[in-house]
This record gives sequence, C-alpha cells and structure tokens, in this order.
Amino acid sequence: MGPQLNGKIPSTSSYPEIIQKARDAFQSGRTRDVTFREQQLKKLLRLYEENTDAMIAALAADLRKSKQESVLFEIEFVKNDIKHSLLNLREWVKPEKPPKGIVNLMDEVLIHHDPFGVVLIMGAWNYPLQLALVPVAGAIAAGNCVILKPSEVSEACANLMAELIPKYLDQDCYHVVQGGIPETTELLKERFDYIFYTGSTNVGKIVRAAANEHLTPVTLELGGKSPVYIDDTVNMDIAVRRILWGKCINAGQTCIAPDYILCSKDVEQEIVSRAKQVFREWYGDNWKNSPDFCRIVTDRHFRRLVGFLNNGKIAVGGDTDESERYISPTILVDVKPSDPIMQEEIFGPILPVVNVESPEEAIKFIVNREKPLAFYIFSDNSQRRKLLIENVSSGGICCNDTLMHVGVDTLPFGGVGNSGMGAYHGVYSYNTFTHKKSCLVKNYNPLGEKIASSRYPPYSDKKTTFLASMMKKRRGIGFSLKYLPHIVMFGIGIAVAVGYNQIAKATGANSD
Amino acid sequence: MGSDGSGSSTSATRYSEILGTARKAFLQGKPKSVEFRKKQLRQLHKLYEENEDALVAALATDLRKSRHEALVAEICYAKNDVANTLMHLKEWVAPEKPPKGIMFLLDDVSIYKEPYGVALVMGAWNYPITVALIPFAGAIAAGNCVVLKPSEVSAATAKVLADLIPKYLDKECYHVVLGGVPETTELLKERFDYIFYTGSTAVGKIVRAAANEYLTPVTLELGGKSPVFIDDTVDMEIATRRILWGKCMNAGQTCVAPDYILCTKEVQDKFVENAKKVLRKWYGDNWKNSPDLCRIVNDRHFQRVIKLIKSGKVAVGGDSDASEKYISPTILIDVKGTDPVMAEEIFGPILPIINIRSASEAASFITSREKPLAFYIFTENSATRKYLLENVSSGGVCCNDTILHLSVETLPFGGVGYSGMGAYNGKYTFDTFTHTKGCLARSMNPLGEKLAAGRYPPYNEKKTKSLVSFMKKRKGLSFHYFPHILMFTLGVLSSFAFRSLAKKQPGKILNLVLNFPLKKYF
Repeated sequence: MGPQLNGKIPSTSSYPEIIQKARDAFQSGRTRDVTFREQQLKKLLRLYEENTDAMIAALAADLRKSKQESVLFEIEFVKNDIKHSLLNLREWVKPEKPPKGIVNLMDEVLIHHDPFGVVLIMGAWNYPLQLALVPVAGAIAAGNCVILKPSEVSEACANLMAELIPKYLDQDCYHVVQGGIPETTELLKERFDYIFYTGSTNVGKIVRAAANEHLTPVTLELGGKSPVYIDDTVNMDIAVRRILWGKCINAGQTCIAPDYILCSKDVEQEIVSRAKQVFREWYGDNWKNSPDFCRIVTDRHFRRLVGFLNNGKIAVGGDTDESERYISPTILVDVKPSDPIMQEEIFGPILPVVNVESPEEAIKFIVNREKPLAFYIFSDNSQRRKLLIENVSSGGICCNDTLMHVGVDTLPFGGVGNSGMGAYHGVYSYNTFTHKKSCLVKNYNPLGEKIASSRYPPYSDKKTTFLASMMKKRRGIGFSLKYLPHIVMFGIGIAVAVGYNQIAKATGANSD
Repeated sequence: MGSDGSGSSTSATRYSEILGTARKAFLQGKPKSVEFRKKQLRQLHKLYEENEDALVAALATDLRKSRHEALVAEICYAKNDVANTLMHLKEWVAPEKPPKGIMFLLDDVSIYKEPYGVALVMGAWNYPITVALIPFAGAIAAGNCVVLKPSEVSAATAKVLADLIPKYLDKECYHVVLGGVPETTELLKERFDYIFYTGSTAVGKIVRAAANEYLTPVTLELGGKSPVFIDDTVDMEIATRRILWGKCMNAGQTCVAPDYILCTKEVQDKFVENAKKVLRKWYGDNWKNSPDLCRIVNDRHFQRVIKLIKSGKVAVGGDSDASEKYISPTILIDVKGTDPVMAEEIFGPILPIINIRSASEAASFITSREKPLAFYIFTENSATRKYLLENVSSGGVCCNDTILHLSVETLPFGGVGYSGMGAYNGKYTFDTFTHTKGCLARSMNPLGEKLAAGRYPPYNEKKTKSLVSFMKKRKGLSFHYFPHILMFTLGVLSSFAFRSLAKKQPGKILNLVLNFPLKKYF
C-alpha cells in the first residue's frame, strides 16, 4: 500500500504511481473474475464484522454519533448492502439477452457488462463510512479498481478506513488516499474512468469540471432543501415523530433530512405543541445531556447554523453551546421565504416552518426553487398525494415518513437538477459502475446474406422498397418467448397427472 | 423560424424568449400528458410520411446522399423508431413496482417516470435526420419540452426541419433553433434540464463544460476510431462486403463506421483482392460516376480527409476530386500506428490496415488507445471472439458485420470514455430523458409504528438489537419461480378436473372436444 506512510498524508506526487498501480491491476484482468469480486466483498464484510467497535469509536470522535445511529446507518446498512450484492452478483453479471425482432432471428443479441476501469470515490463527512463504502462495494461488485478519498473533515473515520482497507482488500486494486482541498485538487488532475462524489452542490460542480478534462462520467450525490408537506388528514402524533426523527438523526446533518415544513397555521401549531412533548420524551429535560444527540461537525458549520437562529421566531429549542458545538433541536415559525435560512440547505437541527394554505401553493413554492433530493408528503388523502407526486420533481419521495425510502434497496437513490445526477443502492450501484456494452453477433449463413444483400450498391428502387418493408415496425407477432416456460410447465403438469394415473392403473392401485 | 445570424445579442434575447415559452409550457404540465405526447409523436410520424421527398432532396443537397441511404438509414429508420415508441409508450410511462423486503410489507414501493423539463437536443451533420430526430422524439415521449438545434453544416436539412417541425408539432413545447458556433455558444448559456449532444469529442467537452454551469446532465454521443478485427476463419467474401458496406455508407462519414482494420498480412492480401472485386461490382468502372457514393460534406472536411491518404501505401482507390468533394473508397496498407491516419477519427472513405499477428496483439493495440464507439470482430472462432469481447472495452460490439447493432432497438447505443457517455435507442431513448423517482409510501398503521418505535431515542441496546435483526438481509423467499409452479399445479388440476368431468358427463366432454372451434384459431 503506497499512500499511507505511518499514518501521514502522502505527498501528492505519489498519486500518479498509485493510480498506475490500480490501472495495471485492472489491465491484468483480475477484477473481471467474479469469484475475485465475491472474495473482496466478503473481506469487506469481514472488515465490518471485526472492527465494529473501532468504527463506533471513530464515529463518536468525529460527530459524537450515538451507538444506535452508528450501528444502524453506518454499519448494518453497509453490511446489508454487501450481503445483498453477494446474494445477487452472479445474477447481475450475466449478459442480458434482450428480446429481438424477426430481422435478428438468426443472430445473438446480448448486452455485456464491462467495468469502467479505475474509479474514484469521494466520501462525505456526515455518514463517513456509509457514503464512502456503499459506492466502494458497488464499484468492486462491478469489477473496477477503486481509489477511495474519504472526507478529511471526519478525520477519525478517514484514518480508520485508510488503516483497515489495505489490511483486508487487495492492495493493488483498492487504495485509500487522504487529504483536504489541495490534495483533492491534485488528485482530480489524474485520469479516472468514473468519479463518484458525495457532498455539496458547489464542490460537485468543481469535481465535474475537473472530470471533464478526460470526459470522465460522474455520479454526483448532492443535497438541497428537502421539503415536508403536511396537511390535517394525518395521524399527527405519528407524523410529528417521523418528521422529527428524520431531522434529529445526526443532528440534521443528513443529505435527505427534512429541511423545512410547508403547512397551514393550524397544522403548524399542532406540530409545535407535539414536538415539545416528543423532544422531552426523547431527550429528557436537559436535551444537551442526552447521549443520543450528535454534535455539529466543525466550528465553521456551527457558526453558519447559529446565524440562522434569528430567522423568524423560535417556537421550540434554540439553545446552543459553542464549546461543544451543540445546537438543540429547534423549530422556527413565521419564517419568510426570503430569510437566509431558506436560501441554502440547512444541514443542522433547525426546522423552519413556512405557511401555505393549499397543496397547490406548496407545489408552487417548491418548483420555484431548485429540485430537492427528497420530498416528504404527509397526507392521508391519496388524491392530494398523487397531485404532489406528479407535480413536484425531486430525487426521491417518501410519503408519511422521512428517510426510510433510502432503506429500500430496490429503489434507486439519487438527485435531480441541483440535487445531483446518477443514482445508486442495490443493483443501481452495480449499474452505476458498469458500462453496458451492446453486442450483435451475426453469422455467415449464405441465405441470410442473400436476403440482406439488397443493402449493397448499386441501389435500386426495388432494393430500397424491399429493405424499407423488412425494417418496418410491426406490432409483434409474439416472437417473445416470455411465456413459453409457463406453457411448458402447464403441459408438464398435465403429463405428470396423466402419467401418474397410468402408473396407478397399471399397478392396480387405482380402485375405481 | 430561421437563423438571422445578426450578432449574438439579438439571438441571446430570442433564446431566452424561446426558453421562457418552453419552460412555461412545461410548468403548466402540457407536455406531460401521455395523450398529448402520443398525439405529437403521431404528428412527427405524419411529418415523415408527408415530406419524404423534401427530406430526401435536402439530404441529397447536403451530402449527395442517395435516395436509398436517405430512406433506409434516415427517414424509415426514424419513422420506425416513432412507431415503436407509440406501441410501447403506455408500458414505459407506467410506474415500476420493484420487489420490496419484509420491512416494507405494509408499504407501497414505486418508481415514477418523470420528465426532466426542457431538453436541448443538438444534432450532427452526417445523419442530420436520424441523430437529431430520434433523441428529439425520445425527449417528447418522456414528456419534456424540447429545443432542437440541428447542425448548421447540413444546412439544407436544418432548414427543412426548422420549416416543418412548427407546422406539425406544438409550437410552445417544441422549438427549432438554427445557427453556427456563435449562436450555439449563446444557446448553451441558457439553462436546460437535459442536454443531448451528438458530434465530436472536442465539442462534446465544450458542451459538457457549459452544461456544468447549471449542473445539467448530458448525453454525449461522440465518435472514435472503431476498429475491425478479422482473422482467417471467416468467409472472406461476405466479410469483405460487410466491412466495405459499413465504410462506404455515407462515404465513411458515420460515427460507427469501421475506422481501421487489424489483421495478419495474409488476411490483408485476401481482403484487398476481394475488395477490388466488390467495389467494381458496386460502383462500376468509374466509381465517381456512381450515384450511390456520397460526397464529403464540405471543403474543410475534404481537405482534412485527403491529407490522410498520404499515410502508408494506397492498395485500392486513392482518387479524389476537390471540385466535387469526392474521395473514392480507399484502402491503405503498410500503415504504422504512429501515422496521421491513425491519430484521429477518419470520418471518410479511407480504410487503413494495420498488421498484427494475434488476437491478443489486436487487443493490446486497441486498449492502448481511447475506447472506441464500436468494435467489429470478424471470426468464426468463438474462443477468439470471447477473448476480444472480454478484453476490449467499446461502446458496442458487432460480430461478423458492421453498423447493424444500431438497428437492434433493444440494444442501448452509446459510447464509453472518449466515445461518449449515456446511451439511447428504443426504450433507452425514453429512459435517457426520464428521471426515475423512487417513492416509498409508508403506511400510518399504528401497529407498524409500534414495531418500528425502536428507532426513536432514548436509544438502548435492546432497541438497537431488535432493529438490527429487523433490517438484516436474508436470502429472500424468491417469488421468481412462483408463476411456473402455479402453471404446473394448474396443469395437474385441469387434468384431474377433465377426468372427473369425463367420468360424470362423458357425453358433454365428447361434445366439447368434437365441437372445439379449431377453425377459429387456424
């Protein structure tokens, strides 16, 4: 392993060497072997199993993350994702065989899955393990070599990954590079075959601009102001819990945390009064003393957030302690759309409420701003839900809960517009790091050549007309063999029953 | 609508107006209605049907494209694509219902298909209809508003499209903008929700850099040097025809045209010998007089391509006529990997041959260069084929033929690395212009809430453990084979039912069998 020299940040001059090592390993074809990929994924799983305590400690050091949040969102989430890949990888890597038309009846039509090559994955500090290692596992599953750059802000986790990954994974194929802005700037001058970045919209743009030098495709997992719409048709007790849960996890430092609430004045009052109760239940009388509430990651982020507290009026919370970078869960009312807190992603435990009178007004409010990463709709009225789903564009949606849609491994997770491009999780992670290589295999059957020979010059009207009619799109006459297995099984069923009867008759067991 | 070319400030205001109109129409939801999309696609189909001659004429003006190639590779091709989309649109727009784990049993899991908004489609001059209007139709099918910018190089076709499209399609949702580099630069300053560009790698980079201002996602359909590998196991006569067909079509000005050949000296000799025969058969004794050979699109490109003939030695062809922008089909031998003809995409009717001794030498030759858009493998040896398929990365592959993989609508078409990003064709075009919006609709069932209450603080070991075991990934009870088992059971049951019915009412069964309306089915 090159980059980690006694835990020191290596000089940027080692980057070309590290990347060349990865590129050589890729060219050797080692990562194309599915068994190798499975082995590496199993090792990654073992890394998790054998270092759970060290991970919990590192997360506590970086964010004062509680054990439950660490275990659920950083450890189990990733382990389950790896297990899901291991269970399905053999299925995923198979070349696809899409249906083919009558023209290609004699040919083979396939979609091969090629890894891109050497990919760069840049993690974020808010979920330092999950956001770095879920894409790493996806890139491994797809057969790429990987350079991982953890966020330098969550330093303890970054050090831990840099220490552990070379111990468990192949040291030629997978590398960890550490550093801040100057190192990252150098790193981005290198050529990669894919870049996966999680972080802010501003840095996302910089990453993509750098990637453009070599036309490297990117996935950008960014953020945005994810709104909550809530009306008076829902069970308010459950709804308030679910909203506050999504906001308070990681002290609001979650890319899909509910950013602000859109509701009527009446619903707002209900939320505020219930929130006080819920917070007391969760964090006791002195919230600061609760071990379950995280701290703000750095002083810079702390000061940015404290600046928001004079927007609108504090209805709940509003306490801070700079020495601990503590900001209490806070609800702001009477917030104006033009207030600073409504201009950027909050990324902290402050929840402003903006009043709207109707779902139409909520739609208008949201679509006039950048497309959010998540949109939360709390309503029992299915018509209204449909209206909101159809008219608001967002990365994803969760109705009547927050964050949970990210837990469904069959849903693609990603943003749209300023909230990002590309998506991952489950098979979508694998797809992200896979180039789908179409392949048509023709043969030299002289009859087929004869039929298709009208494509050759000298052209004539007869040839043109013939080809045009060959190409013509017709409603399929059922060359799809999709239902053949079902028909066969039905036939076997009959055959077995008849056969059984014959045998029964022959052996005299059938009394009638 | 037309290109005024009267300076960028006027075009800038016009572009913001156009974008304003399109965005307003999108926000009103106009292009999102599936019925509206279908109506527009039918109109586009009608545009092709009713203006075939005008389109053929424009293509002849721009590229001296023959009627045959104009119809087969452009008009009919694009028309079929629209027909295919119309047949499947309903199933494409339906939200997907992916499988869900036990944790979400009470909930609804869907993936919605959402248009991005206002898309920009930038066409290329080599297939001015196909590469402009197939993505254009895909963007319509996905429910976007579209601004189409045809290539100014194929001016006649651009003009016809600008005239016809507003006559057939909705004028608020769909716009055609004409212009060259200065106009395009202005246009790219506007904010789009998706940009689809077909053209060169160099311009592709510029387009993506401009798109980055608003983080607009892009599809780049670029080019590259698409190699042909050919060995001695194949029917050389057929193989030669198929390679030359792909090279000569549109006078080699095709993004997936075979760019160069990798083969042994022996195969090269056979290929050259066959090629002479084939070209004589196709174009007669005086190739220049054949109406079936296109011309190079403009003088600048003619000058560029003609210089490449100096690499290596001319084995076949090598004629040119600057006054007509004519370059004959040409095969070059004794070409070195370092020659100018090997340094850029040829995009003309010149076919250099590089000698290699083995498939592995071919693979290392290709992989030491930029990833090509297409790779053509001519071999009957399946081990060689497998080796090359696994060791060469390219946008797509066609074995034992050229270009035809594009015609399979169930195959995504697109590049990788310098040959592009993103893919289209058939449903993939629709997907390109669609944001897939994952949606979990949770139940508010109090029992479910109770079960999941362990997620709320105050946290404790018990809560953590119960949630961990709840989340745990298990080898799923797959329902994949459920339909098969069901059909088997139905088969068994129906057989028994038939027997018991036959026993009770044999006459009725006999009747049923004898009077079975077979004729109706055959």
